[in-house]
Amino acid sequence: MLCQLEGSQAIARAIALCRPKVVCAYPITPQTHIVEGLGELVRSGELSECEFINVESEMAALSVAIGSEAAGVRSYTATSSQGLLYMMEAVYNASGMELPIVMTLGNRTIGAPINIWNDHSDAMSARDAGWMMFFAETNQEALDLHIQAFKIAEKTKNPVMICVDGFILTHAYERVDIPSQEEVDKFLPFYSPEVCLDIEEPLAMGAMVSPDYFMEVRYIAHIKQMKAIETIGSISEEFFQKFKRKSGGFLREYEIDGAETVIVSMGSVAGTIKEVIDELNANGEKIGLLSLICYRPFPADILNKALKNAKKIIVVEKAFAIGIGGFLSREIELAIKDKEIVSVIAGIGGRNITRSMLKECFLQKNNNQSTKFLGLNEGIIEAQ
Amino acid sequence: MFQIRIHGRGGQGVVTAAELLSIAAFLDGKHSQAFPSFGSERMGAPVTAFCRISEKEIYLREPIMEPNAVIIQDRTVIEPSNAFHGIVDSGFALVSSRAPVSCNNKSIRVSCIDAVGVAMEYIGKPIPNAVLLGSFAALTGIIKIDSVIAAIKQKFSGTIAEKNIKAACFAYDKTQKGDL
Amino acid sequence: MSSLTLGNRIKSENVTIQASRLRPNTISSGHRACQGCGEALAARCAIDAAYEAANGKIILVNATGCLEVFSCATPENAWKIPWIHSLFGNAPAVASGVAAALSNQKRNDIRIIAQGGDGSTYDIGMGCLSGMFERNDDVLYICYDNQAYMNTGVQRSGATLPFTRTATTLPNSKYMGNDPQTGKNVPQIAMAHGIPYVATASIGHIHDLEQKIAKAVQINGARYVHIHVPCPLGWGFEPSKTVKIAKLAIKCGLFPLFEAENGKVTKSTPIDEVIAVDDYLKAQRRFAHLFSKSASPDPLSFLQKIADKNIEKYGLKKGISNE
Repeated sequence: MLCQLEGSQAIARAIALCRPKVVCAYPITPQTHIVEGLGELVRSGELSECEFINVESEMAALSVAIGSEAAGVRSYTATSSQGLLYMMEAVYNASGMELPIVMTLGNRTIGAPINIWNDHSDAMSARDAGWMMFFAETNQEALDLHIQAFKIAEKTKNPVMICVDGFILTHAYERVDIPSQEEVDKFLPFYSPEVCLDIEEPLAMGAMVSPDYFMEVRYIAHIKQMKAIETIGSISEEFFQKFKRKSGGFLREYEIDGAETVIVSMGSVAGTIKEVIDELNANGEKIGLLSLICYRPFPADILNKALKNAKKIIVVEKAFAIGIGGFLSREIELAIKDKEIVSVIAGIGGRNITRSMLKECFLQKNNNQSTKFLGLNEGIIEAQ
Repeated sequence: MFQIRIHGRGGQGVVTAAELLSIAAFLDGKHSQAFPSFGSERMGAPVTAFCRISEKEIYLREPIMEPNAVIIQDRTVIEPSNAFHGIVDSGFALVSSRAPVSCNNKSIRVSCIDAVGVAMEYIGKPIPNAVLLGSFAALTGIIKIDSVIAAIKQKFSGTIAEKNIKAACFAYDKTQKGDL
Repeated sequence: MSSLTLGNRIKSENVTIQASRLRPNTISSGHRACQGCGEALAARCAIDAAYEAANGKIILVNATGCLEVFSCATPENAWKIPWIHSLFGNAPAVASGVAAALSNQKRNDIRIIAQGGDGSTYDIGMGCLSGMFERNDDVLYICYDNQAYMNTGVQRSGATLPFTRTATTLPNSKYMGNDPQTGKNVPQIAMAHGIPYVATASIGHIHDLEQKIAKAVQINGARYVHIHVPCPLGWGFEPSKTVKIAKLAIKCGLFPLFEAENGKVTKSTPIDEVIAVDDYLKAQRRFAHLFSKSASPDPLSFLQKIADKNIEKYGLKKGISNE
């Protein structure tokens, strides 16, 4: 059904269609509308047989989900920014324990200084935590990715984080196609884990592991996630077959054929980049876009193939590591050798990313900087 | 693509106005996108919200810097919010004001309506957004009044919806008659 | 006088579950606890009693700590019931999650127990514990209180007694061990949440411990049982003296045994014969500095006052009931 909805409400509807049994809610901007929406769906009975739990912190939010998932039921929570950091110990714990929790991250930067606006710093802080991570470009994709997320998580026994740009998507009203409960039920089976906390077949979870075993445990986790690339691809394909909509998978290509310069980005900024590409290519430029959807596992081979004809790669990234630079550009450097890669740090702490900024940046030739900061106000820097 | 920027103060339903516009445009069969100026503004602080309406899918995510129309819910934010900034030539500015408001750019079509007065009469609260949307529908023809009514019904219920619809329809008729 | 002479008949009704040949052994022998470990003994008594009371339908959530480390290390597992360990500070929240899942599955017959030491209960997990309490989640939380972080080598916790010597509260000129102006009382904090049941227990009184656990397991909502568990290593006494030390703590009044329902004390266990705190403290090396020739008598009288207050507050003197 086509609806004009706020992104957060679209996500809440998607989660409800997945019939979670436990939803843990703790407020943090800009994620809050999602759990509010779910609370309303539980209250109205649209989402039935679901325990909606108001917890006292993000640490508890994910910990409650760890407990309920360990006890064998589909569990969900959402957070942003500082909240993700506050629960970080549990983030690593959930993946280490192979618990297929699905969590939405309404992307927001990390303080200090405190700032509630969008960038990908929070997601990047969890990039090594063993979760699978996907970035949504539009609210439709956010909705679709959540439906796929439970299936991917439960099939691979690995938690999944869906990253949705805070405010830009979470608070934006746009058109979304909401599938019916029957359609989702056909796609996403009832969750029944092979093992869980069960009095009939007692087992211990989360035991200590000594140096004799630990490295193997970690190695297996790595191999499992790399192998999940297959699963992610097939689930995206199945989604397309069932819902007649391309969503999920690894990356989305735009004007890539014959492109000499390829922009790589994650999340909602792809929309503005597409507008810029249309304008520039109409004037004879050859620019394309790769919007990376699946960030973990990192689909290096798929990226490599998609970028093989590019002469220059510009990575527009909404986060960077102080003391080294962009995350995504460095990871792309690992996948792609011998090509010019420019890192453009953009939209930090909610700084607007406009067409004019991007246009100027994409047209710049012979730059000797490998890292650029889009829209940096030199005046402020000099005054300091 | 038609781009609308809405200015006002926290508590006046600025963000809701943008959302209602986008729902109305959606009900008209168009693509639309509404988003707020992403702040943690409290009651009374200047607030901005945006709405894009297009026949095609909208990719653009930047804030609206060159609106085809602005809706100003409180004339006191014109200066602090630089509310007339960037309006395209012969664009619209719809202002909630009892007294006439002038704009330096003479190509901009400035219209004023005492939206707070109408809101007080029909809704009993100084929330001018529905009134302005009714007037906006008449002024620009970008959205149908029936869709505005349906959007209000979708977002509100009961007597609040009824009162807002009456206020919007009153403003629509008044604007159509040129009685601003 | 009974018609049957003592020893000719032994009635089984007064035998504890631990003393029964049919005890469930929820935690089997062969785990890696220190000799004389009070926590291991308490966990076996408590979980066996819970197992009996819940007809074997128990799921355990364990915080990080000695109990977790010694009972379950890959590939060995001492627990014969479903058991999960997540983190140091989140056991109450994980238990809330397990309880939510089971409630969702309409399996309220399965009882959830979360357990941790005083470090996880008093300090790092306090937020999650308070959250679980205020939501009145259907979880029994057991705190095994040995009054310091034993797993990491005897550092001070919020449960450490005044003047205690720990690795991080060494006797110095300012304080003779742990600062007497610090610390908190988690049973009272639990009661302040108004939860249906709070109790203190000790391995110095196993009958009482088993009864309280059996009662607690069958109540719905959030429950808290606080068990005093002497630690031979951290407190400095012979491993054979664990139960004796626990008994001395009860007898001197420093560890009062009581029950509270909905925030009010309903019952306390009177002391047969009250002893001076010195008799309890002297037996442990963590207090040895209070008994040196040059030591000030103030700390001992301070601790005696705590014991006296407990005796008065909970009505622990035989024949004098509280309120």
